[in-house]
Amino acid sequence: MNLEALILLLYVLVLGSYLGFELIAKVPPTLHTPLMSGSNAISGITIVGAILASNELGYTHVSKWLGMLAIILATINVVGGYAVTDRMLKMFKKK
Amino acid sequence: MNIYIQFAYLIASVLFIIGIKKMNKTSEARTGNQLSAVGMLIAILATVVQVEVLSLIDIFICIIIGSAIGLYVAYKVEMTQMPEMVALFNGFGGLASVAVSISDYWLKSQENNFDIDIITGVSIVLSIFIGGITFTGSMIAWGKLSGKVNGNAIIFGGQHPLNLLLFVASIVASVLAVMYQADPIYLLILTALSLLLGVLTVIPIGGADMPVVISLLNSYSGMAACTTGFVLNNNVLIVAGALVGASGIILTNIMCKAMNRSLVSVLLGGFGTTSSSAAVEGGSEIVVKEVGVEEAAMLFDSASSVIVVPGYGMAVAQAQHVIRELSELCEKRNIDFRFAIHPVAGRMPGHMNVLLAEANVPYDKLVEMDDINDEFSNTDVVFIVGANDVVNPAARTNPQSPIFGMPILNADKARTVIVSKRSMGKGYAGVENELFGYPNCLMLFGDAKQTITKLVGEMKEM
Repeated sequence: MNLEALILLLYVLVLGSYLGFELIAKVPPTLHTPLMSGSNAISGITIVGAILASNELGYTHVSKWLGMLAIILATINVVGGYAVTDRMLKMFKKK
Repeated sequence: MNIYIQFAYLIASVLFIIGIKKMNKTSEARTGNQLSAVGMLIAILATVVQVEVLSLIDIFICIIIGSAIGLYVAYKVEMTQMPEMVALFNGFGGLASVAVSISDYWLKSQENNFDIDIITGVSIVLSIFIGGITFTGSMIAWGKLSGKVNGNAIIFGGQHPLNLLLFVASIVASVLAVMYQADPIYLLILTALSLLLGVLTVIPIGGADMPVVISLLNSYSGMAACTTGFVLNNNVLIVAGALVGASGIILTNIMCKAMNRSLVSVLLGGFGTTSSSAAVEGGSEIVVKEVGVEEAAMLFDSASSVIVVPGYGMAVAQAQHVIRELSELCEKRNIDFRFAIHPVAGRMPGHMNVLLAEANVPYDKLVEMDDINDEFSNTDVVFIVGANDVVNPAARTNPQSPIFGMPILNADKARTVIVSKRSMGKGYAGVENELFGYPNCLMLFGDAKQTITKLVGEMKEM
């Protein structure tokens, strides 16, 4: 990776973090548990990297096996995280 | 990379952001979560189309295994166990980042003899370091929360110098791993060191500080995903990781403020073990007044306003459903009935709200500390169920108390305070609660679920 690419990624990081702080500070405390499990699901975005890492042919590559392990772990995060958050949010009812 | 794929990642990032934005309103939160899930699906599909057709089967098998485990856990977990589950998932996220980064390093340096440039190299070691700490730290947090590991602070001499030494060693291993890529040993040493550090940094932290720790680990799992984004030069990982990282930091900050503790003092650990001496100095024994179920029922019946202060004890006793019954009985009698929620009640941020929502308590009855604290003085009956430290007036009055300065619910200001408690045990912080000796305070001893069930029975007959 060259420095220009790094600077672009850092822009994304800084603006993304700032946006995150602004948006999440407004989430009401009532929803802090679903916020946490929901953001947990989002952190499962590593699945993108895991899929790319599994893209090797043949089963002799250490990198492929690590990628496949990462897919399983990240999918648990993604699917489990979104499902449990939905299950919780469904329970929040107004009178 | 194909422009359509880049575009799909952009859409996914936007959906994550809109999803979190919708979490700002309780009524729209569910849609927000679903939008975020759609974003994830788009990101996954955009990635799957890039891989070799022959790898697809392996990838799908892994996704199916992961989905099955995820769905099983998501639908089986009890709401009381949410903190454990979040801790466990945080850990998986961390380990996934470690695996992806080692995989990338291995593929380039070991299998393809390709020189990894310094920026990617630094990203790889950071991702492994943060991910490794997140993984084992979360596993210890999970063990402590589920009772599989001793929940108290585990402290031994030389703990902090040892951690510092391991940290320095990790930096050295990181530098070597980036410089000498031919031999993978340095990267493996770094991995081992980060896993060890994760264990050592969480074991000295006691149960009362767990809400802070899970929030912080949540943030770490986001940062790990973020650094993986730098490894792979991928924006969607960075945006998503940054959102999660920010979320965890904000929650950590809220939890620390609500306990009047600094993040540094939480991380150094040991809270709850040193405080007992200060409590003993308090001197005079607290004399409490007991109340029976019939009398308590009469107090509720004659009240015009009731505030319930729930704590983790309510969850342990599974008393939330019978409390909802109590609230319905009171509302039928036109008694104003609300819940006062302290930010650190329970074992994770917002835990009480989820438990009460599950018991069908409407969320507009759940009031935050700052919004309800001035109203306790006009309230007839405050009913404390399984909460202790969050209503201890010592936080306001006794500078010697370990919890002095912590914002509390002003339950003591109500006309009558009824405390449902199993026994005279201390709260999580190990501090005596002088509220129990106040003249307006009555103790309703016994298992919360059983006593409140009897209370409801009495009220029905009135």
